Amino acid sequence: MVELNLTKGYWLFIALYLVVPQVSADLKYNMPVGVTEVSHAVHSLHMTIFWICVAIAVIVFGVMFWSIFHHRKSRGAKAAQFHENTLVEIIWTLIPLVILVAMAVPATATLIKMYDTSDADVDIQITGYQWKWHYKYVNDDIEFFSTLSTPADQIKNEAPKDTNYLLEVDQPLVLPVGKKVRFLVTSNDVIHSWWVPDLAVKRDAIPGFINEAWTKIERSGTYRGQCAELCGKDHGFMPIVVEAKSEQEYSAWVANKQAEKEAAKQAAAASATKEWSHDELMAEGEKVYARICAACHQPTGMGIPSVFPALKGSPVATGNVQEHINIVLHGRPGTAMQAFAQQLSTTELAAVITYERNAWDNNTGDTVLPQAIQAVLDKQ
Amino acid sequence: MDVASEHSTDHDAHHGPAKGFTRWVYTTNHKDIGTMYLWLAFAMFLIGGSMAMVIRAELFQPGLQLVQPGFFNQMTTMHGLIMVFGAVMPAFVGLANWLIPMMIGAPDMALPRMNNLSFWILPFAFGLLLLTLFMDGGGPNFGWTFYAPLSTQYAPPSVTFFIFSIHLMGLSSIMGAINVIATIINMRAPGMTLMKMPLFVWTWLITAFLLLAAMPVLAGVVTMMLMDINFGTSYFSAAGGGDPVLFQHLFWFFGHPEVYIMILPAFGIISHIVPAFSRKRLFGYSSMVYATASIAILSFMVWAHHMFTVGLPLAGELFFMYATMMIAVPTGVKVFNWISTMFRGSLTLETPMLFAIAFIVLFTIGGFSGLMLAISPADFQYQDTYFVVAHFHYVLVPGAIFSIIAAAYFWLPKWCGRMYDEKLGKIHFWWSFVGLNLTFFPMHFVGLAGMPRRIPDYALQFADFNMISSIGAFIFGTAQLFFLYIVVKCILTGEKAPACPWEGAEGLEWTLPSPAPYHSFTVPPKFED
Ligand code: HEC
Ligand SMILES: [Cu+2]
Ligand SMILES: [Cu+2]
Repeated sequence: MVELNLTKGYWLFIALYLVVPQVSADLKYNMPVGVTEVSHAVHSLHMTIFWICVAIAVIVFGVMFWSIFHHRKSRGAKAAQFHENTLVEIIWTLIPLVILVAMAVPATATLIKMYDTSDADVDIQITGYQWKWHYKYVNDDIEFFSTLSTPADQIKNEAPKDTNYLLEVDQPLVLPVGKKVRFLVTSNDVIHSWWVPDLAVKRDAIPGFINEAWTKIERSGTYRGQCAELCGKDHGFMPIVVEAKSEQEYSAWVANKQAEKEAAKQAAAASATKEWSHDELMAEGEKVYARICAACHQPTGMGIPSVFPALKGSPVATGNVQEHINIVLHGRPGTAMQAFAQQLSTTELAAVITYERNAWDNNTGDTVLPQAIQAVLDKQ
Repeated sequence: MDVASEHSTDHDAHHGPAKGFTRWVYTTNHKDIGTMYLWLAFAMFLIGGSMAMVIRAELFQPGLQLVQPGFFNQMTTMHGLIMVFGAVMPAFVGLANWLIPMMIGAPDMALPRMNNLSFWILPFAFGLLLLTLFMDGGGPNFGWTFYAPLSTQYAPPSVTFFIFSIHLMGLSSIMGAINVIATIINMRAPGMTLMKMPLFVWTWLITAFLLLAAMPVLAGVVTMMLMDINFGTSYFSAAGGGDPVLFQHLFWFFGHPEVYIMILPAFGIISHIVPAFSRKRLFGYSSMVYATASIAILSFMVWAHHMFTVGLPLAGELFFMYATMMIAVPTGVKVFNWISTMFRGSLTLETPMLFAIAFIVLFTIGGFSGLMLAISPADFQYQDTYFVVAHFHYVLVPGAIFSIIAAAYFWLPKWCGRMYDEKLGKIHFWWSFVGLNLTFFPMHFVGLAGMPRRIPDYALQFADFNMISSIGAFIFGTAQLFFLYIVVKCILTGEKAPACPWEGAEGLEWTLPSPAPYHSFTVPPKFED
């Protein structure tokens, strides 16, 4: 009966292979067709090679199971004597070769198209950081970080998970529909990989090198992806969200973003000259710390031994203020400690440093004001 | 040949193995060493397997339940390293030790003392590797592919111990390979020309050359890491004028041949089992040899198919795509040959044959997904997703590991002179078969739907299939404990086995009594084709 089971198992298998990709367009268990010309081409390559494999499997396994069934000793089969045939060997070397060549032709055409990054309308520089993405609109002088926005209590199973669990960010990358967008992908620390399945774009972000890729989105909508190269502890928590908008909406968004930037500059200037109290800075600092620093140094300030130093009782956080400011502003090159001078406003920097110097029993009593940060920045 | 036979007639041949602990420490006997390799491999298989259980338990549901992301990364890394270097490779070396001298009519391996050394390095190498888990900052957490700079500038301090243990494993593999080559070239029975060697011997000879060529590259790349970490060089740091992608080129120049190191001996095993239970000679012996050799040569020309997204130039991308697709041709020839061997044979389906048939079907499925991955534009969607995880587990689990299990069932009677329990063997097969497909088949789907590999938590749309995978993994894991029971039961209380328990089996090893004598052939046997 064993052999019968085996045959059944095999048909179940083929059935799975045949049926599931069909249903899967809705179920999201196949590669998405996507919203660009390239993603359509890639999807059709994928389905073509898939069906070729299915066809070969049906024939080859068909013959195999047929002989397993019929040429059994228990059915009185006597073994034949043949064990060599050069002609057959040549045939089954050549047929696969022909199939492969037939497959290579469309694959080559698609690849050449994917590599043509010329004549882009919009340039976006994408920089991977441990564990967030930085987007810079090269032609429009806009830039921002994009960070996971799923709250920690959902990850810790303390709150119900929402639909876009782990695939949502605070600020999505907004792109125009129907325009050729070129991505310049690089990294600030380790290797990451920027991947949005609906665009069929995946490019490694490599420190010290810039990779190019491009897309031209056909339909407005929200497209989600994730970092695809192991980049350390929170590799699973740095999603990508692309929002494709019509051309008018996109221009409006750009204008709005630039105005926002102006306003933020003024607010920063105002807050930089504002008389901050110690308690206000502590409150603000706690927020910044939780948002940016806690991923490594941990909410308790205890860090992770030998990987991320504890800030509680650290010689830096309880010692010379200037040194503390320097390391937060400029980071430690070649380690996971990034430079935050460009990432945070002077107020946020002052607040988080004040917080670190007083939280977790560090109790230095120091207050670092935005003006002190500004003074350091001005010196350079 | 001379040295070895003198050595054996001089003294060893007159007495059996030494007694107790020293027998195993000082032994230069190919069977003792083979046995130790196999048990070590099995222990590592269980340790690496328990890490897989931790991974699957964490991935049972979305959200973080059992482990923190940092530890999760250590588990995926160690699982990969232990399974590749600790389970599959030593198991094949163990099989080589046991089988090659018996198959070619030799008394022992050519270099018995080196054989002892190459085994005894391993427990220390893996002890060290496992100890890193308890060090400050934890063990390796950068994936078994340890891409720089994550594994250099950003690594935990234990990375230096990891590098040392890789060096030790490499040393052991190289010595093992030299021994296999020396044995096969010099110690074959008179009349056994190269083109008359059993296929397991052939595939291992080719594998040994792959090891000799690939392992030094691995040693080189970890040494460069060591320099970057401890001596201020910048091979892999762009800030110092180096190139992180250079790491990947070097790693995969080792890594792709490594893939074939783990599968060529499996091809050999299947080429013994399928004819035995078909009661018919292997179809296309010489084309099998040529196919194996061409796979081995091609395997050095395809490494960058693991790097399609790093930004290779277009010409490079095309070259590696075409070269990779080419590998499907000789691989196909092998599958066709096995099936033609079964065709019009007289088949019975004992446990080794069941595993061998499952090997052919499931390895071929892994080959199909491999062909899909070779299509570079499509690979942009597959790269670093669960589709890749499904692919390489299909070639490694029902591929390499099923072949090792099949070999164990097939040659156990020869090794210990006793038969395993056929009914239990069949249960083990179906138990493993179901567990394995439940575990790895759904991974194709979540991968295509967009789930990246090496993440401790995932979006909700991947939840159902992940749960199925986890259940499958627990089923597969427990099946291997059952295998342990079957083997132990066979060794202790199995029925006595005749010299050749399989009606259709051929080869010199079956001319020896079961269990095989301590020194296989003290007088070279007559070899007739
Ligand atoms: C991606 C991980 C990461 C993040 C995020 C991070 N740090 Fe660090 N930090 C490190 C590492 C690693 C070091 C140790 C660097 C070294 O080897 O000298 C460090 C060191 C420090 C030190 C010096 C501690 C000492 O005792 O040497 C301070 C102060 C510090 N970080 C503050 C911050 C602040 C403030 C933030 C948030 C704005 C932050 N860090 C965010 C990884 C991080
Ligand atoms: Cu990542
Ligand atoms: Cu490869």
